Amino acid sequence: MATLELVGVRKSFGSVQVLHGIDLSVADGEMVVIVGASGCGKSTLLRIVAGLETPTEGRVLIDGRDVTPLEPADRDIAMVFQNYALYPHMSVFDNMAYGLKIRRVPRAEIRRRVQETAELLGISSLLDRRPRQLSGGQRQRVAMGRAIVREPRLFLFDEPLSNLDAKLRVQMRAEIRRLQKRLGVTSLFVTHDQTEAMTLGDRLVVMHQGRAAQIATPMEVWARPADTYVAGFIGSPAMNFLDATLAEEGRAAALAAGPVLRFADGPRPGPEGRRIVVGVRPEHVHAAPGDEGGLPLAIELAEPLGSETVLHGRLPGGESFTARLPGAAAPQAGAVLPLRLPADTLHIFDAETGLRLDPRA
Amino acid sequence: MRRRVIFRGKLLPYLLLAPQIAVTLVFFFWPAGQAIRQSVLREDPFGLSSEFVGLENFREVLSDPLYLNAVWNTAVFSTSVAALALGAALFLAVLADKSIRGAGVYKTLLIWPYAVAPAVAAVLWLFLFHPAIGLFGRALNAAGIAWDFKLNGAQAMLLVIFASAWKQVSYNFIFFLAGLQSIPRSVLEAAAIDGARPARRFWTVVFPLLSPTTFFLLVVNLTYAFFDTFGVIHALTGGGPGKATETLIYKVYVDGVQNLNLGGSSAQSVILMAIVIALTAVQFRYVERRVHY
Ligand SMILES: Nc1ncnc2c1ncn2[C@@H]1O[C@H](COP(=O)(O)OP(=O)(O)OP(=O)(O)O)[C@@H](O)[C@H]1O
Ligand SMILES: [Mg+2]
Repeated sequence: MATLELVGVRKSFGSVQVLHGIDLSVADGEMVVIVGASGCGKSTLLRIVAGLETPTEGRVLIDGRDVTPLEPADRDIAMVFQNYALYPHMSVFDNMAYGLKIRRVPRAEIRRRVQETAELLGISSLLDRRPRQLSGGQRQRVAMGRAIVREPRLFLFDEPLSNLDAKLRVQMRAEIRRLQKRLGVTSLFVTHDQTEAMTLGDRLVVMHQGRAAQIATPMEVWARPADTYVAGFIGSPAMNFLDATLAEEGRAAALAAGPVLRFADGPRPGPEGRRIVVGVRPEHVHAAPGDEGGLPLAIELAEPLGSETVLHGRLPGGESFTARLPGAAAPQAGAVLPLRLPADTLHIFDAETGLRLDPRA
Repeated sequence: MRRRVIFRGKLLPYLLLAPQIAVTLVFFFWPAGQAIRQSVLREDPFGLSSEFVGLENFREVLSDPLYLNAVWNTAVFSTSVAALALGAALFLAVLADKSIRGAGVYKTLLIWPYAVAPAVAAVLWLFLFHPAIGLFGRALNAAGIAWDFKLNGAQAMLLVIFASAWKQVSYNFIFFLAGLQSIPRSVLEAAAIDGARPARRFWTVVFPLLSPTTFFLLVVNLTYAFFDTFGVIHALTGGGPGKATETLIYKVYVDGVQNLNLGGSSAQSVILMAIVIALTAVQFRYVERRVHY
C-alpha cells in the first residue's frame, strides 16, 4: 500500500518532447486510469513510474520517498503488460513464483502464496502449463497473478485488456476492479478505451499530447470536461461542437447556425461577440415539439440500436451533428428533424484556447 | 501458399537436377564408397595388389595408441573450440544487442573473420604468435613466459584452439545476435520489475530462451571442430610438435597421404563418417523442432 506522486515529469526522446510536465498524486489504494489517444505518452508515463525509462525532468515519489534514481527492481511495483510478457520457458507456477524467489521468500510460503493467488484468479488447474499452452484470457490472468502474488506497493497496468475479445474484456474489467478494491493496492491503469476508463477509475487522467488535460473523477470529467479535447474524447457518440459568439451580455450564445441559446447557469465572462464553442452531448438533444421551431437537422444516416437511435446529419450551416434519441421509431435518412438543445446541458468553451468557460461567480 | 512449378515431360527435371547429382556422386558418394571399400582391404607394400581383410583395419586402428591419442586430442580440441567460440560469441552478441553507438561498424567487423580462409587465418595467427617474429609471441617471451608452440605441445594445442575458435566466433555471433533480438523486450522488462538484476536476468531468462540457438550452434561448432579445422592445424602446427595437435581428421591425412596406409586411413574415414552422420542426425532430430521450452 502506498501513495504515488509525480512532480513535473517531463520526457524527451532525442529532440522530441513526449511528456510536457505531468503532476499527479495518487492516494493510497486509489485506482487512477490514464486515458488518451494513441501516442499521447501514456505508456511512457507508466514506464517512468516503473523505472523502465528515466524522466528528463521531474521526480517520482512513492510513499513520499523519491524513487527517481532507483532501478525497477528496487521500487517494489508490479506491472501487467499489454502482451502479458510471460516468461515463455517457465510454467505458470514458475512465472508467478519468479519474483518471490528473487526476494528469497521461503519455498513453502511461495507455494502457499502462488496457490492462493491462483485460486483467487481461477487458474489453479493451469499451474503446470507453459504460457504457449494457454488462451489469451488465461495468459491475462497469469499476468495478473504474477503481479498480485508479489503483494507490491503499486500496480501498473498498460492496456492489459486490449488483446482480449469484447466479451472477455468486459468480464476481466469487472474482475480487475473487484480485485483491486479487495486488495486495496494503489494502481495506475493505462487505456485508450473510454468505457474502460470510466468504469475502472476512481479518477481519470485524460492525456492529450503529453499533457494532463484533466484529472478528475469519471463523472466530473463527463459532466464538466475541462476543454474541448476532453469533451470530445469522453462520451460516445462524441459531443457536438457548434461555433457561436457570446451574446446578451454573456447570458446567451448566438450560434453561427442562427438560433440564440440562453444559458441556464449564469453569464459567461468576456465581451459580447467573444468567439466561443458550444458543446452538447448527442444524448441530451431532444426532438423539438412541433410548434417550437428548433434547430433543423438534415438527417444523413440513422442507426437504430433498438432501445435508441443515433442520427447523423448536418445543420443548416453545414456543421455535422449527432443526436441520440430514445426508441427505434425515429425519422429516416433524408428527413429534416427540428432539435431542441436544453439550456442546462450546454458546455461552453473558449474558441481560442478550447478551455471550459464557467459562469461568472 | 507455395507455388508449384510443373514441368512437362520426364527428362527436363532430371536434366535440371543432373549437375547437383553429379557433384554429389563424384565428390561424395564415390569417395565415400571408395573409403568403405578400402577400409576392408589391405594393400601390399608396393601397392600392386590388395586382399580382403574384413574388419582387421578397424581393429588395428582402434587398438593403436596413436589413434587413441588422436581421439583424446580431438575431444580436448573440439570441446575447447566449441566452448570458446560459443562463449566469446555470446558475450559479444550480448554487448552488440545493447544499443551502442557504432553498433553497425562493430557488427560488421565481428563478421569479418568468417570470410577469411582457414589457411589465411592460420598464417595470421602464426605471424602473431611466432616465438621469434610474432608480435604476441615476442611479448610473451619478453614477459618471461617460455613461449614456443613449435616445441611445447600444450602451447601448440592452445594456439590451434584459439585460431579455430576465432574463425567460428563470427558465425555464432550472428546466430546469437538474432536469437537475442527475438527475445521480446517486455519479457526482460517484466523480469527487471520482478526484481531480477542484469546477471540474474541473463541466466534465468535470456540464456534459457537462447537454448535452441545454443544447441544448434553447439552441434555446428562440434562438426566444424571435427572436420573443418584441417587447414588451420595443417598451416599452424602440422599436427605437431610430435603428435600433440594431431586430431582425427588430421591423422586420416597423415596416415593416408603421407604414410600411404590406405586401409587404416580409410577405416578412420569410415569412423569419422559415422560420427558426422550421427551429429547430423542429432541436429535434424532436435533442431528441426525449434521450440525447446
Ligand atoms: N524509445 C522511444 N524512442 C523514441 N520515441 C519514443 C520512444 N518510446 C515512445 N516514443 C514516442 O513517444 C510518444 C508516446 O509514446 P507512448 O508509447 O507513450 O504512447 P501511448 O500513449 O502509450 O500510445 P499507445 O496508446 O499507442 O500505446 C510516441 O510518439 C512515440 O513515438
Ligand atoms: Mg502504450
